[in-house]
Amino acid sequence: MIARLIEGVPRRALVMLGVLLLALIVAPLIASDYLLTVLILILYFAYIGQAWNIMMGFAGQLSLGHALYVGLGAYAAAAFYVHFGVGPWLGLMVAVPVAALAGAFIGFLAFRFRVAGVYFAILTIAVAEFARVGFDHWSWTSGSSGLFLPVAQYSHNDLWLLRGQPVMFYYVILVATVLAFIFCRALLQSRVGYFWLAIREDEEAARSSGIDTFHYKMVAVVISAAMTSFAGVFYAFFYNNLFPEQVFHISRSIEIILGPIVGGIGTLFGPVLGAFVLTGLGETITAVLAAAGIDLPGAKQVFYGICLLLVIMTLPDGIWPWLCKRIGLAERDK
Amino acid sequence: MSALLTIDAVSKRFRGLVAVDRLSFEVPAGGIYAVIGPNGAGKTTLFNMIAGAFAPDGGAISFAGERIDGLPPDLICRRGIGRTFQIVRPFPALSVEDNVIVGALLHRHHVLDARAHAQDVLRRLDLYDKRAQRASSLTLPDRKRLEVARALATDPKLLLLDEVMAGLRPTETDRIVAILKELNRDTGLTILLIEHVMRAVMALAARILVLHHGAAIAQGTPEAVVRDPAVIHSYLGAEDVSA
Repeated sequence: MIARLIEGVPRRALVMLGVLLLALIVAPLIASDYLLTVLILILYFAYIGQAWNIMMGFAGQLSLGHALYVGLGAYAAAAFYVHFGVGPWLGLMVAVPVAALAGAFIGFLAFRFRVAGVYFAILTIAVAEFARVGFDHWSWTSGSSGLFLPVAQYSHNDLWLLRGQPVMFYYVILVATVLAFIFCRALLQSRVGYFWLAIREDEEAARSSGIDTFHYKMVAVVISAAMTSFAGVFYAFFYNNLFPEQVFHISRSIEIILGPIVGGIGTLFGPVLGAFVLTGLGETITAVLAAAGIDLPGAKQVFYGICLLLVIMTLPDGIWPWLCKRIGLAERDK
Repeated sequence: MSALLTIDAVSKRFRGLVAVDRLSFEVPAGGIYAVIGPNGAGKTTLFNMIAGAFAPDGGAISFAGERIDGLPPDLICRRGIGRTFQIVRPFPALSVEDNVIVGALLHRHHVLDARAHAQDVLRRLDLYDKRAQRASSLTLPDRKRLEVARALATDPKLLLLDEVMAGLRPTETDRIVAILKELNRDTGLTILLIEHVMRAVMALAARILVLHHGAAIAQGTPEAVVRDPAVIHSYLGAEDVSA
């Protein structure tokens, strides 16, 4: 199993991955609370980027509404916790199916009725917007006034209920990101992974090669949605408050996809690298500006925009494929 | 020999333009059958109907004794018809080997089995040495053979080849002809090809069908067909023999 996973991966790449993982494992020992929060954010975006990448990078289906799955996951778990005292891990049993169903709904509509390309992207935005407006008016989740999780000063970490200090959240999202990475690697090496790439490259040719493209596109959306919903659960319990205007907003969906685009769509490490670059540097800018006493709201967004522009202009395939060649890893994207 | 593919009074219209007009013919199992004809004769339309890209407006297509007209392309491929496209469309960003693995995975569930099969096919098509290259980096003759390889990897009983020799140099053409002959002889693969390159058609086909305005104007052995006055007049374009 492990041998299959690392088959064809250069030794240097494995070593680098190992070093990075080790650094991430020991990071909380050194990092300040602020830095730890930034790292949590980075891993959070690396995780969602990975999930989004399954749809876009592997199967070639552009979703601009992934905030929907984050929001559904977040609201499902948070509402069950607030109303019934159900913890987040059990809440996942609700969050994942709800998000997966939403993904299946969008997928079915789009793929059955041949809604493709930009029209598919618009459909994903539309459904996310429906959800935003819907949750604004749904009293069970407190509508637009927001759903709040009870918060207290935690002296110890309760992993089962996800109540505790940032360091616990850090390790939870780290494990999730590592698992997502391994899972995506396994997917890419599997039958379904090959079929996805074929669909991404040329859907008609894929179909003529015997691939049931409807089925495999559905699989991609459902897996991606289900994975993304976990990030939503994490979000809810980390931030302890949910507003439809925030979680379902299109800017959230855009935030999700920037990492993989900058890092390299369709690559395994692209979403991780993109999250580090964008969130890392974005936070640095905020911190530097704050330290310099300059109050510039929106500076981070401007920086995101510039980064995206630079990458698209100079490295349309993303940073990772370029970096791969520069640091002497095999030309094959990994 | 029994017919593997039966085309029975098949028609296709595009907004009043009759592309294929009540066409009937049979492709015997194990044979190599060529469809020739001038541009716009309806050859590719015929292929698209057999491969499921669209359904005929009338008539029936049967493969191995079962009706297949109106089935989607993936199901038709699943039943054993592999195709290439007139304008080649390999999966550009994938390696040559991965392109063929995609085809091989149709009837294999493990990637390792599929890879082994793909490598066999690549050896047969003379592409094994280029298996690690990106498909987009291949030359046109190589891309054409890659398409044949991908289709072959799905283990078809019938291979539809849409102008795989077009744009190739004579030596390249001879190479593909040799490969196809070998495939047909060794594996009993039935081949239906559309071709303009008469050199290849004459070397390969046991029977030829000549399409003109969507209808068959002649069919028979290559020798008989090239002497047919109607064929010469409408397609081969030599001096008018009746004059």
